[in-house]
Amino acid sequence: MSDLNQQMANRYKNNFLKEIEEQAEMGEWVKMCMQCGLCSGSCPTNFQAGWDHPPQEIFMMIRAGKRDEVLSSGSMWMCTSCYNCYVRCPRKVPVTHVMHGIAEYAYRIGRAPKNQPTQHLSKTFWDNATKHGRVNEVKLTQSLYFKDGIGAGIKKGLEMKDVALGLVKAGRLNPLEALGMGHKCKDVDGIHKMLAKARELEAQRKGRDNKGA
Amino acid sequence: MAETKTAAYICKGCELGVRLDTAALAKVATKSGKMNIVREHDFLCSADGVAMIRNDIDNEGVTHAAICACSRRAKTEAFNFPTIAMSRGNLREGVIWIRPDTEEARETTQEMAEDYVRMACAEVKAMTVPPGNQKTGTVKTLLVVGGGMSGMTAALEASKAGYKVVLVEKTGALGGWAARLHKRVPTREPFKSPEDNGVADLIARIEADANIKVYLNATIAKTDGAPGRFKVEIAVESGGIAQEDIGAIIQATGFNLYDAGKLPEFAYGKTPNVVDQAGLEALARAAAAEGKPICRPSDGQPVKSVVFVQCAGQRDASGTHLQYCSGFCCNTSIKQAMYFKDSNPDIDTVVLFTDLRTPGNGEDFYRAAQNRGVIFSKGVVSQVVPNGNACTVKFKDLILNEDTQAEADLVVLATGVVPNSGVNIEAVAAPAEGDGEGGEGDAPKEVVATIKPESILNLTYRQGPDMPQFKHGFTDSHFICFPYETRRTGIYSAGPVRRPMDIAQAQEDATGAAMKAIQAMENAGLGKAAHPRAGDLSFPTVRLEGCTQCKRCTVECPFGAIDEDEKRFPLFNESRCRRCGTCMGACPVRVISFENYSVNTVGAQIKAVDVPDEFAEKPRILILACENDAYPALDMAGMNRHEYDPYVRVIPVRCLGSVNTIWITDALNGGYDGVMLMGCKHGEEYQCHFVKGSELGRYRLSKVGDTLKGMNLETERVKDLEVAITDIATLPQKINEYAELIKSFPPSPFKGF
Repeated sequence: MSDLNQQMANRYKNNFLKEIEEQAEMGEWVKMCMQCGLCSGSCPTNFQAGWDHPPQEIFMMIRAGKRDEVLSSGSMWMCTSCYNCYVRCPRKVPVTHVMHGIAEYAYRIGRAPKNQPTQHLSKTFWDNATKHGRVNEVKLTQSLYFKDGIGAGIKKGLEMKDVALGLVKAGRLNPLEALGMGHKCKDVDGIHKMLAKARELEAQRKGRDNKGA
Repeated sequence: MAETKTAAYICKGCELGVRLDTAALAKVATKSGKMNIVREHDFLCSADGVAMIRNDIDNEGVTHAAICACSRRAKTEAFNFPTIAMSRGNLREGVIWIRPDTEEARETTQEMAEDYVRMACAEVKAMTVPPGNQKTGTVKTLLVVGGGMSGMTAALEASKAGYKVVLVEKTGALGGWAARLHKRVPTREPFKSPEDNGVADLIARIEADANIKVYLNATIAKTDGAPGRFKVEIAVESGGIAQEDIGAIIQATGFNLYDAGKLPEFAYGKTPNVVDQAGLEALARAAAAEGKPICRPSDGQPVKSVVFVQCAGQRDASGTHLQYCSGFCCNTSIKQAMYFKDSNPDIDTVVLFTDLRTPGNGEDFYRAAQNRGVIFSKGVVSQVVPNGNACTVKFKDLILNEDTQAEADLVVLATGVVPNSGVNIEAVAAPAEGDGEGGEGDAPKEVVATIKPESILNLTYRQGPDMPQFKHGFTDSHFICFPYETRRTGIYSAGPVRRPMDIAQAQEDATGAAMKAIQAMENAGLGKAAHPRAGDLSFPTVRLEGCTQCKRCTVECPFGAIDEDEKRFPLFNESRCRRCGTCMGACPVRVISFENYSVNTVGAQIKAVDVPDEFAEKPRILILACENDAYPALDMAGMNRHEYDPYVRVIPVRCLGSVNTIWITDALNGGYDGVMLMGCKHGEEYQCHFVKGSELGRYRLSKVGDTLKGMNLETERVKDLEVAITDIATLPQKINEYAELIKSFPPSPFKGF
């Protein structure tokens, strides 16, 4: 059977739904969606940002077995966590959490879209924050400004110069953070141990080995 | 009967004495009303006032009383004198409550009240006390036709209430469709799993019930008579005929599934792996009996994937298939998907729906199915293609907006229901017979029956052997207000023969119908009318010497109460009559009347109204208002103090169908400036208590235009208004608008003749 035929044969089978249930955080809620569309209608980013698929469609695509389209979709990454959908869902489906769960799973298995800005921010922020237990704001800003190259980074930096100086003057930004100094938490080792334990528990719960993220 | 002695009573309570000159009203009752006794009272409905009337009846020999106080709908317990003829002049809701309490209005308000006093006096003199129907039957045995869920429930409920029941079932076993179900949709908390179909339990209870006599393999050969005295012949298994005396009948003949063979695009019949819902129940029962999983019919292998196609051949807007929803098949498909999921959670079950409708507690059931991994997808199926031992279901996914497909070992079609309601008697009868419904048949021709219609009740009625049918072949049973009331008195329909419904609804329906049937038997035994004039002792009498055998009464009677005798004169079956008066309104020679409601009782009121001459600039407008909806709405308008024009005079009628056109011509000839008729909505969504009454009345009214032209009057002077009981605030506005229109015309040229 050719690839395409295999794909068609898998349509509306439970395979991908089961995969999401087992692997993605809150994935077990996908089957409970009743396709009313309230989440899509409530989403403040949907139309402005031009999502490929609103949540309602993502849920249906999972049930229709469209694995490639779902995992490579940028839609889940556009969520701003405003929780409108979760609050309004008549079936009490935690749509926000499900979207994050699917996004995280797609990233974990390397299927998430490359160079997706929110994804980049999430990764950068996480690495930055977990390294010393506190966010190094100067480095975080730097890595975001210089994401698209040195020229673009300098240009953006100059644009934001006055804001930065104002923050420094007000004591809200420590320029020494650029050198790796600045504030840290008291027990960095403890934080790292805590995170490792959390990963271990998560892995136990989902019954999978601890890779990535 | 003793000598006639008339009395009028004028109440001064509820501000009547303040707003009106009651002494003048008393004078009117004496002089124009010509009443023998006229009394005023400060508070007529008080014990003292009632005692005064009672004393006049007992000691003064009063036989006719006009009570001029509040509406006939108010204080009915106080003014309850069944031994005398009684009329009510509506001075409160009809006059002082709808008029402003101002000096300018005083004169017209007083005139209005005086007219109502005259009308009440005139009406009561034209009335006699109804003796009650003498041709009663006192049989209290209920016949239930159909031994399915509805029929068995009706039989058990009637038996529990202490009545004998004869249950007739066409097949060799009780249980109907429900008996064919592997399991049924849950009826109890937590509504999460299919449960036992419950048929065995009901059958056991029926067999143990001494009140219930069951005929299996039997049909109704003949039904003759009327409520309380039906003679029913039952064609029994042996080929013989059994006779039963019956008081009332419940038809619970259920439905058949729409023929899936009419859906070639879904490959039904081309492969055994496409089944309808009944087919799946059979597979599930067979599998359960053998202790195996449900298998593919084509090769006997266990089913690994199944697709349910909802709305197959139903809710079809094109008119090719059924247009309506069957009400239960969404829940049924959910239940059937659970058969698979409960035996093996790895079986793929997909329900393709356009709108999932889960009545009752089906929403919990739906959620339970989702929880078990049944996939629900919004999609329209275009084709099912057999593919070896599997099928490809091609459909449009409405959420993803794409044409797609799913593979399945088994496809289940939810095909919908066709009522098993017998012969469509209106299709047999020539539709041209002026009953006003033939002309509007522009709706797309619809496929209804898939089985050859055979009569179920075999009634010996002139109107045909079965009950009239509503849309789509369901029995007509006052859909909106009184769901069990059919158009054949004492015969009730229950369950899916009446409208599409599931088991729980059918059982509720059957219980309701059993209660109504019992009420009908009891009332018939007492010579009283059934719904909606339950307890009414009057009945129509006909002066045969004047009858021209035009057959309008026999054709128009909405309830099939009138047969024809050998000489082709109308033959009234009083026990079948609902007392709507449609026959009376239809009769061109006016020979049909009731003791307390006749062409004369209304005609006398019309004539009693004082019509001022054309220079007085006081028009007179007659309103004939349906007593079921329009008159209560007018009363409530009064309670809410919504004012309306002082020149209208309202006469309640039993139904718009009872309006005889002579009243309209008499009124116009008598100098009235306009006539307004208020009746209920008619047509497919009728609200008429007598089903066809308002429709027939309006049909007659449509011919009044010619009369008006012949009299050289504007045709707009006669107005037909559709009124619902809720039109409390808008009704006075409409009266006022109409009154303005009438005032814009010159005064009627017939005044003063």
